[in-house]
Amino acid sequence: MSQGEYVAAAYGVVFVALLVYVAIIAAKLARLERETAALAELARNRRSGV
Amino acid sequence: MPALAALAAGLVGIAIVFAFFVAPEDADQGISQRIFYFHVPIALTAYACFALGALKGLLLLWRKEERYDLESYVAIHQGTIFGSLTLLTGSIWAKASWGHWWLWSENQLVLFLVLFLFYSAYFMLRFSIEEGPRRANISAVYALFGVVLIPVSFLAIRLAENIIHPTVFTRDGPQMTGIIFLTFCIAWLAISVLAYALYRLELLGKRLDSNLRELRELLT
Repeated sequence: MSQGEYVAAAYGVVFVALLVYVAIIAAKLARLERETAALAELARNRRSGV
Repeated sequence: MPALAALAAGLVGIAIVFAFFVAPEDADQGISQRIFYFHVPIALTAYACFALGALKGLLLLWRKEERYDLESYVAIHQGTIFGSLTLLTGSIWAKASWGHWWLWSENQLVLFLVLFLFYSAYFMLRFSIEEGPRRANISAVYALFGVVLIPVSFLAIRLAENIIHPTVFTRDGPQMTGIIFLTFCIAWLAISVLAYALYRLELLGKRLDSNLRELRELLT
């Protein structure tokens, strides 16, 4: 490997790690959004006496 | 939060421009020296995250406020992420400069690995105990013990005599010229703001998760 390729690999590792982290957080936020919607539905049903 | 994320992204962009297009090429190491601009700030950020985790642990034991447990956990989680990036980027830089991925004879490398493994074990300890005040207290004490390793790891390079790992900050100040030092400072600021943004984001998600769990228990 050339010196330039090592530099690209080092910066690439940081970029990929950041991307994976953001993807994990995004997946978690999507799950929380679904759970919030389910709880809102449950609360609405309770209020209407279903 | 969006403003903080945008600031972090902007600063990281500026740091990359400075590292590749503004800072001059190192006469000794050539292009591989450019790894320094991200590797060192990432390592310093890992130390800062572990220290923050220990500080939050201390505050938990002192003030008995539950929120410090989550804050300590998230800081240590960030520390292990930045710690693994330090080991990876450092290993690539070592291969490019010294021809070796890892050298067990280097105190700085081994002590950083010990610090990283110590805080990696934090998660095994934490998740082996049932959630509650006992887990929070034991985790806080463990986080505090680890903080002793930070100065040892940081100073190892300065105490060792025969080293090949470069020393940039000595008693005479930073061993860098103006533009290289400026680039380093910008990269350090960028990585610090990025780490803080990720810390806030993860904390936000964890608090939201905890609140939703409580709400679910109340509604069902």
